[in-house]
Amino acid sequence: MSDARETAFVEFERVQKSYDGETLVVKDLNLSIAKGEFLTMLGPSGSGKTTCLMMLAGFETATHGEIRLKGREINNIPPHRRGIGMVFQNYALFPHMTVAENLSFPLEVRKVGKSEREERIKRTLGMVQMQDFGGRRPAQLSGGQQQRIALARALVFEPELVLMDEPLGALDKQLRETLQFEITNLAHELGITTVYVTHDQTEALTMSDRVAVFDDGRIQQLAPPDELYERPDNSFVAQFIGENNTLAGQLTQMGDHRCLVKLDDGATIDAVPVNVSKPGERTLVSIRPERVEIDPELGPDAHTLDAEVLEFIYMGDVFRTRLRVAGRDDFIVKTRNRVGQKRLTPGQHVKIGWLPEDCRALNG
Amino acid sequence: MTLPPYATLGQKIWHYTFLVICGLIFFFLIAPILTIIPLSFNAENFFTFTPGMLAFDAEAYSLKHYRDFFTNPDWQQAVSNSVTIAPVATLLSVALGTLAAIGLSQSHVPFRRAIMAIMISPMIVPLIISAAGMYFFYSRIGLQGTYLGVVLAHAALGIPFVIITVTATLVGFDESLTRASANLGAGPVRTFFKVQMPLILPGVISGGLFAFITSFDEVVVVLFVGSAEQKTLPWQMFIGLREQISPTILAVATILVVISIGLLTTVELLRRRSERMRGMTPG
Repeated sequence: MSDARETAFVEFERVQKSYDGETLVVKDLNLSIAKGEFLTMLGPSGSGKTTCLMMLAGFETATHGEIRLKGREINNIPPHRRGIGMVFQNYALFPHMTVAENLSFPLEVRKVGKSEREERIKRTLGMVQMQDFGGRRPAQLSGGQQQRIALARALVFEPELVLMDEPLGALDKQLRETLQFEITNLAHELGITTVYVTHDQTEALTMSDRVAVFDDGRIQQLAPPDELYERPDNSFVAQFIGENNTLAGQLTQMGDHRCLVKLDDGATIDAVPVNVSKPGERTLVSIRPERVEIDPELGPDAHTLDAEVLEFIYMGDVFRTRLRVAGRDDFIVKTRNRVGQKRLTPGQHVKIGWLPEDCRALNG
Repeated sequence: MTLPPYATLGQKIWHYTFLVICGLIFFFLIAPILTIIPLSFNAENFFTFTPGMLAFDAEAYSLKHYRDFFTNPDWQQAVSNSVTIAPVATLLSVALGTLAAIGLSQSHVPFRRAIMAIMISPMIVPLIISAAGMYFFYSRIGLQGTYLGVVLAHAALGIPFVIITVTATLVGFDESLTRASANLGAGPVRTFFKVQMPLILPGVISGGLFAFITSFDEVVVVLFVGSAEQKTLPWQMFIGLREQISPTILAVATILVVISIGLLTTVELLRRRSERMRGMTPG
């Protein structure tokens, strides 16, 4: 723990935030971010993620707790003295200034000489591939171009920490994917620490070193993307990250790495117990749609469930099948479109199964 | 406005009736102002069109009222008072009104509506009441009959216009711009002058124009708060009308109309330019 403290670049310690003095928007936040890390705060709206970012930027004050940057408490430092770069959701480019003037602004504040200013502006515009746009005004640029300029402006004064508040929210899918890639590359190349806020889980998974999943003012899980997807700690994370099937049931038998769950319709399945402990407890079993096999060829003691095909959707690379399983009719199975992959028809009855380790019993 | 090809007879009739109504309204608004312009070139000392004028006889027209205006020391003092009082009052109104509008647009300020109502009350309260109130108040504190008194009184009348126009501009002001400015390292003062001010400038200019016109046109308050020494153009016109009906007033009125048109045009052009400069419409 003391090691982590020494290496931590940004630290939240027991931070709480309340706007009205009664309800806590952020409840007891503890988080440490390493230098050079790309950390994403992911969560639904109202989960407290943006508030955390605003507290770090200095636009909101923490009601309680301490926020540290490079080991120094910054609670009482005004935003303009924090030296943190930020990319805003709506770009927040100064509309009355040209692109070059926008980039020049933080340098003028820092009293950087004219020739060095020009040099840095040129270099930074080059990094975001906008070198020819210095004379334009923001209104003459497309959304994607504006976002590149906003990014350049946040980087031009070479901050060690850059915050991004849903910067790609307003862009179309293709542009978003290109920029996701460029932002992560830039961040890693420049070695800057990035705190990225988004409600888009794909974005969080593709860009981050670690993702903090927020809900209800708390971090529900803090983990690298693969761990978050494959080993969610609780049913909120399982539901929020990726597509997920849940089946409700009761824990009947508890082993070390295995447990038995009796579903509400009477069928029994194996699962990995995550945050359940005692037999008799209610549980939500979570299975990813791509881990489910239809008419599986598993061992003789493997548990399978009966299912009825309700809908079969051809999506190109995958087939998406909606099934009725254990009384629920929103059970989704995704199968890859391989040569010879059988296509199901609605009304057909099949068996479904999965490896026990892909099925996680979470708190109900 | 053109009629679509599928317009019915009723719509066509209404279309032309509507144009006629609009024309009449314009006529009603502008005719009284336009008639004074030829009258101001009257060769006689009357307020009426002489038979010679109606016959377009060059002898019936003259510039003598204009000459009177430019040579008469009474009028010249009024002009010099007006052009000193109005700009100073405008500057005061703009500075205070802009600050007030910015303050009142912050969500954390308590009793915002009440404060706003008090600030814009000079616009709503009948002028004669404000004027009488100011007269008694300013007499007590020794401001009655001084230039400072007239300037302050006019500033008080001009502030509501500035508050209203600037508040309207601020409604569309993106708060994240001030945050961005702070984030980039600019302190509150720099943020105000470099980011906020250039963007709300159109509102500030319009407000300033209204404040200027208010001071330049105002007669009631100056009659109460000022004395003969501080007489402004409207004051002199009013006294002139009451005491010696001279067509010089018409010459002055014509000059004022021309100045007003020039001022409005300039300011509107400036405003458009700065709106273009800020590039995007807010919001």
